[in-house]
Amino acid sequence: MKPYKILIVDDELSVRTSLNEWFLEDGFKVETAESAEDALYKMHRGPFDLILLDIKMPGMDGITLQKKIKEIDADVVIIIMTAYASVETAVEALKLGAFDYVTKPFDPDDLSRLVRNALKQKELADENIQLKEKITELAGVSNMVGESEGMKRVLEMVDTVAETDSTVLIRGESGTGKELIARAIHTRSKRRYFPIVAVNCGAIPETLLESELFGHEKGAFTGAQYRRKGKIELANGGTLFLDEIGDISSQMQVDLLRVIESKRFTRVGGGDEIQVDFRLICATNKNLEKLVEEEIFREDLYYRINVFTIFIPPLRERRSDILLLTEFFIQKYSRTMGKPVKKISAAAQEILLSHPWPGNVRELENAIERAMVVGKHSEIMSEDLPLHINEQEKKKDNFIKLDDLEKQHIEKIIAEANGNITRAASLLGIDRVTLYNKIKKYGIKR
Amino acid sequence: MNKQIYLAFINGHFPPDWKNLATDLRHCLPFTFEILSLKVNLRLFHSADRHQYHSTLLLGHLLKNLPEQGEKIIGITDVDIYIPILTFLFGEAQLNGRGAVVSTYRLNTVFYGLPRNDKLLYDRTLKEIMHELGHTFGLVHCADFECVMNSSTYVENIDLKQAFFCQSCQDKMGITCDKRTT
Repeated sequence: MKPYKILIVDDELSVRTSLNEWFLEDGFKVETAESAEDALYKMHRGPFDLILLDIKMPGMDGITLQKKIKEIDADVVIIIMTAYASVETAVEALKLGAFDYVTKPFDPDDLSRLVRNALKQKELADENIQLKEKITELAGVSNMVGESEGMKRVLEMVDTVAETDSTVLIRGESGTGKELIARAIHTRSKRRYFPIVAVNCGAIPETLLESELFGHEKGAFTGAQYRRKGKIELANGGTLFLDEIGDISSQMQVDLLRVIESKRFTRVGGGDEIQVDFRLICATNKNLEKLVEEEIFREDLYYRINVFTIFIPPLRERRSDILLLTEFFIQKYSRTMGKPVKKISAAAQEILLSHPWPGNVRELENAIERAMVVGKHSEIMSEDLPLHINEQEKKKDNFIKLDDLEKQHIEKIIAEANGNITRAASLLGIDRVTLYNKIKKYGIKR
Repeated sequence: MNKQIYLAFINGHFPPDWKNLATDLRHCLPFTFEILSLKVNLRLFHSADRHQYHSTLLLGHLLKNLPEQGEKIIGITDVDIYIPILTFLFGEAQLNGRGAVVSTYRLNTVFYGLPRNDKLLYDRTLKEIMHELGHTFGLVHCADFECVMNSSTYVENIDLKQAFFCQSCQDKMGITCDKRTT
């Protein structure tokens, strides 16, 4: 058995002593506290698995102490002890998350069973969390790649805001990975074991968006044969991610504002208000300030969603991440396609580094996926990359610097004049001294 | 091992057919057991509210009566014992200490409205004495349900266990148990 640690909080010495001995004989590690202050001090020193807490103590009462303990360690199991059976305090303690409530003196069998059950439940809950974390890790949901300063800032902001319950607005060009950032915030938040429900507001026709978000009752409109929960209801307890928030209609902005403010809504065609609890994350590539100025986007909704803003820099502004991302996508597609991990040739790297990536990370990912499919060598070659990326590179070849052009031309004329400088200068229309200076400048060999 | 353990029967509570108690204990515990008859003013430990006797206070009194040459003392009483936080106890011991107390009050079938069963009372008392002594030797509750150190919070629990320490508990105590006692 895992050596569980129990804290006994009671102002009566005899209770502390006898329970201490009782649990020591059961093989537990036990500490005792004679007051709320002592209990909080001990809580700060080390974690406990279970706390037996007297509800009536001089100074801070057990209910207040319970709240403070949960602030320090939300996972600790609390069993409330009292000398008086009071339904009100029992209900209050249970509402605040106590595992159970026992009246002094206890039947030894009740106490033993209660503690055993509580710890078993905690063990299962802990195991459940560990398994979910393992799944999250295996699924690679939290994979975000980037070592550039810009991306480091973004990741710092994700860490800062994830723990809070603040509304987040993610801004960045299309393809920069806004949804990935939203999912990263969700998976690092306390709501991570509830769903994150993503809605692409820009991709759903206006007529369908209302029903998609709010759900509908049976018969609400033609075709509504069944009651259907909307995305807002499905996000209860978790995170609602509204992508392309800048694209929603003015009527939808009003409806959405009401839900965000009251956390209540009604299904389309329904009469009952439904209470929901979700964290809101929005994303857009639009200039919301300009839309507000043009009165296309409501100012009150703008302020409601613009609480904590994360700007994701475009890929062209964080070129140092390109090869890292490339490596990441190669690994990813090697795994999913069951192919050996490929290297990437120097020429292909050169092309990737110089491409402007207007489609950002999404474009890079698509390029690598394509190269992995079509490539026949152990390395990704430049010809494996999509045509438009290669074309761009070729076009770049046509823009020759003036100096390079002059050098090439002089070399050509000297060759035609068989190395005769006087003749070459005459053909070029310059004097010999000028030609000698240019030969020296460009390091031309005769 | 020449450890002297005193079995202190409180206020003449020593049923005549228990004369083999020391011998039965020695099957498992290689110590010298001495029977003591101890006169105790139990009123000092009585709770008028609960109609029970405070076990910890009684234990403290017993320790004062541990003879000089004695290693440990275990009191055996027929009154109902308690500690303030629990409704009742079958016994109490000092973990890794020198004293323990066992009550036969709730080991007796008569307490549960059943016919008197002296043999069962003896077996239960033997197991409880072994259990509490185990605690005084530093043993904590054992997960093996047949081991005498398995926790007993109701009387049927005691009937399920054997008057026997499991191998792991024997190893911890450094003893070899003879299972004839079961």
